[in-house]
Amino acid sequence: MSETSKLKKVSIVVSKGSLESVYPGLIMANGARMEGIESSLFFTFFGLHAIVKKKMDHLKVATVGNPALCFPTPMGMSMPTWMGAIPGVSAFATSMMKKEMDKLDIPPVSEFIEMIHDAGGTIYACKATVDMFNLSMDDFCPEVDKVLTVGEFYELSSDAQIIFT
Amino acid sequence: MATKDILGKSINVDEEGYLTDHSQWDKEIATALAREMNIELTDAHWKVIDFIDRDFKEKGVVPGIRRIKKVGNIPTKELYELFPDKPIKTAATISGYPKPASCV
Repeated sequence: MSETSKLKKVSIVVSKGSLESVYPGLIMANGARMEGIESSLFFTFFGLHAIVKKKMDHLKVATVGNPALCFPTPMGMSMPTWMGAIPGVSAFATSMMKKEMDKLDIPPVSEFIEMIHDAGGTIYACKATVDMFNLSMDDFCPEVDKVLTVGEFYELSSDAQIIFT
Repeated sequence: MATKDILGKSINVDEEGYLTDHSQWDKEIATALAREMNIELTDAHWKVIDFIDRDFKEKGVVPGIRRIKKVGNIPTKELYELFPDKPIKTAATISGYPKPASCV
């Protein structure tokens, strides 16, 4: 890719709070920093759980309404969707996925956020959601730089590619 | 396969400049490769390069940022200060190893 067309900045919106919804955003933000691309993460709605101290390391895989769910062998046996609602199935799927991720050196959410922040990535929380969930800065992990309105988010992203997850 | 002339020697590299034959690598080559990327190697840089070297010999892959932090004891912030822009790719090039293949 030529210098002029090189991607310079990304703003990644994380809007969902299940484990499999949060990690892609974190991996993309971290991967951007590794490529010398500026990156910001903007957490909104249930995505906000990924930066709430009490919640961030307890995110779970969504097993209800997820027809793609299968055992972690190569394209393993799929799980009937009704099984996803059985108590403990989400916890089981979560622990399986965390085990596989650990093998790939993908860190737990809190450590990942710290890594991205140390790498120079910025972490924002969405003001509307913060107000809606009655949260304050004390509820967030220390890496959160600022609570932003959507307008401020667009201002900060004016020269960035916006990625919604 | 491409070759690159550095310090009067010809070394084998791939199209992105990663060394393809680690036996051709030495500390002088590392210093010269770093200078090409505007990096003057210090003891702190060598700590990273030595760790990548040790870890590659053990595991056969270039370690990622987390492994460099947890096993190599090099904080992520410091890694980005030492090798700005693309820390792992830059450090792998200077260390004479292939393009890093991990996503994290």
